[in-house]
Amino acid sequence: MRSSRKPFPTHLIVFLAPAVLIYTIFMIWPLLDSLRLSFIGGSGAQAGQFVGLQNYITLLTDPQWSPRFWGALRNNLLFFAIHMCVQNPIGLLLAVLLNGRVLRGRAVYRTVLFAPTMLSVVIVGFVWQLILNPLWGIASSILGFVGLGSLYQPWLGLESTALPTLSLISVWQFIGIPMMLFLTALLAIPDELDEAARVDGAGAWSTFWRIKFPLILPTVGIVTVLTFVGNFNAFDLVYAVKGAIAGPNFSTDLLGTLFYRTFFGFQLQPGNPPMGTTVAMLIFLIILAGVLMYLFVWQRRVLTYEL
Amino acid sequence: MLHSSRRSALSALVMLLLLAACGAPATAPSGNTSTDASSAPAASASTAATTASGGQVTLTVESWRNDDLTIWQNTIIPAFEKNYPNIKINFQPTAPTEYNSALNTKLQGGTAGDLITCRPFDVSLQLFNDGYLAPLSDLKGMENFSDVAKSAWITDDGKTPFCVPMASVIHGFIYNQDAFAKAGVTPPTTQAEFIAALEKIKQDGTYTPLAMGTADQWEAATMGFQNIGPNYWKGEEGRQALLKGSAKFTDAPYVETWKALASWQPYLPSGYEAVKYPDAQQLFTLGKAAIYPAGSWEISLFNKDAKFKMGAFKPPVANAGDQCYISDHTDIGLGMNAKSAHPAEARQFLEWLTTAEFAELYSNELPGFFSLSTHQVKLNDPLAQEFVSWRGECQSTIRNSYQILSRGEPNLENELWRVNAQLLNGQLSPEQAGQEIQTGLDKWYKPAS
Repeated sequence: MRSSRKPFPTHLIVFLAPAVLIYTIFMIWPLLDSLRLSFIGGSGAQAGQFVGLQNYITLLTDPQWSPRFWGALRNNLLFFAIHMCVQNPIGLLLAVLLNGRVLRGRAVYRTVLFAPTMLSVVIVGFVWQLILNPLWGIASSILGFVGLGSLYQPWLGLESTALPTLSLISVWQFIGIPMMLFLTALLAIPDELDEAARVDGAGAWSTFWRIKFPLILPTVGIVTVLTFVGNFNAFDLVYAVKGAIAGPNFSTDLLGTLFYRTFFGFQLQPGNPPMGTTVAMLIFLIILAGVLMYLFVWQRRVLTYEL
Repeated sequence: MLHSSRRSALSALVMLLLLAACGAPATAPSGNTSTDASSAPAASASTAATTASGGQVTLTVESWRNDDLTIWQNTIIPAFEKNYPNIKINFQPTAPTEYNSALNTKLQGGTAGDLITCRPFDVSLQLFNDGYLAPLSDLKGMENFSDVAKSAWITDDGKTPFCVPMASVIHGFIYNQDAFAKAGVTPPTTQAEFIAALEKIKQDGTYTPLAMGTADQWEAATMGFQNIGPNYWKGEEGRQALLKGSAKFTDAPYVETWKALASWQPYLPSGYEAVKYPDAQQLFTLGKAAIYPAGSWEISLFNKDAKFKMGAFKPPVANAGDQCYISDHTDIGLGMNAKSAHPAEARQFLEWLTTAEFAELYSNELPGFFSLSTHQVKLNDPLAQEFVSWRGECQSTIRNSYQILSRGEPNLENELWRVNAQLLNGQLSPEQAGQEIQTGLDKWYKPAS
């Protein structure tokens, strides 16, 4: 009786409708349509016909396509690894320094360190190209000034160093984001814990590693997953600095630039939308796998403390 | 009571939201159609009356030549509008690297301009085959262009042209006369003299011998390989042989070209691997470099920026007395959007492009872009005159990757960029370069023998 009299929760529809509508129109439908497009032949005799998984097989195994895909994936992993090893630890270190009481002018440092994040990638790319420019860049003169002029290389132009250099430029730009997230988490830790630890005779080092770090572990997870998603979607910096052909010799090619080049074409190369969406679907699957790992492996294991 | 009234209020809200959701798209397009409808009859009326009524029509020109914006606005458009006062031209350029994809998107979305600047060969042919460009077979004035000029914008059967040829660009070398005087060098004619001159400039030490980098990759292919190559593969003869499949990139002429290109390496600026195209341009116009491997399109910029006297010499030949060949590349055409709302006016503009008046105006306002028409045009710029004079002594050809050979994947043009940059970066030998290019081409190109 009671259940039959329970009114239909109309308000739920009202509150859900805007989000459902917008997500359906701008996310779910394009995603499904991309999936459909990736099952269609892109060039040659099969153009426009349903080809099943053929595009995926071509992309992953064809001697012409697969080196580009695996190369881009390898570059992307390196790009991610550099962010994880450089951006996030330094972001944490900066957050700890800004959280401590020894430093004067913390608000100024915080703003300055966060500022590059708000700049356009195009500007960042342009400025760093000027700094590192072999003809008029100040990098070589600064190195020369301290007697290390022989260390200067045209880093952005060499196959071995172009991608690490771009990664470090990106690290420089986005270091403010992990720093802010870590700082917020650190600020949320009550002072009592710090004081109690000090009373018990713990130094700064062990206070951090035994008390604070376990408390901010959930934030470490969030920063990791944000870095992962951001890095595997990365495209703009490489496009701004090296163009869609991601030279030299594809050494800076990320999945994003591979997608752009394939989908829209480049110079005399015509675009191949079905193959492009195939790349896009694989990017989606990679990111999905990473996020699912975060949700089901990390989030279930990590302990969140109520403070 | 309260409960039910809240429910009815909520359901009313839902209805409102739904109405708004359905209503918004329904009203927005109708608003658009009404404005479209009001302008469309006006347009068709003006075309029907052949503009006798004096109704103003605005034609938008899509282009990648954003460098030319002021010349169009100050010279070309006023000259046209003087003859055709009822037509206003709106020149709307996009950045060169984004032009193709931006134009495609606009054409697919139906928002592209009335007149479309045409890239040569397959990119435009594709647009024509997709129905985005209108056929121009019966356009008055097309007889003012040679078959070679028209070849870049015509169907494979050679019957239907779809863009009016506007200009070609010629490759060569621009040099700083002060630098040549300082190092005691005269313009070289053979490859041996060229290297000797570079060596002398390097020994002198005042100037960087060659202003070019490989960071953007295309300069190595376009200003390097396609610039000096025609002398080795004998211009059109070699290009046609590649199309027929009777020549391969692993053959001696191509390996020789790459050997000659690789010999430039010691004379490039330090850190050339990260030197971009604008860097190289500035290095030369600031008077810090002696020779700039050029396309003639650089002339107007260099005239504006360089404060020293410049000269030009044509690509050096292998041995003294050899027949010379130049890359006289059909580069720009103008076509008509098949869905243009003002086809009659667009055709009037295209017809004007075939006249001697336009040829004279364009070639002189944009020195370095040489009219492809058969009109006799006098050039006032000495540097441009020097480039165009080579047409008399040498045989002309176009870049070998542009016609047909860039239709497949991997794309020959993009591969040439990559491989030539690799060659100059010292990562590939001339033989390996030939091997890589030919392997890529063999993957998809089957000559129709």
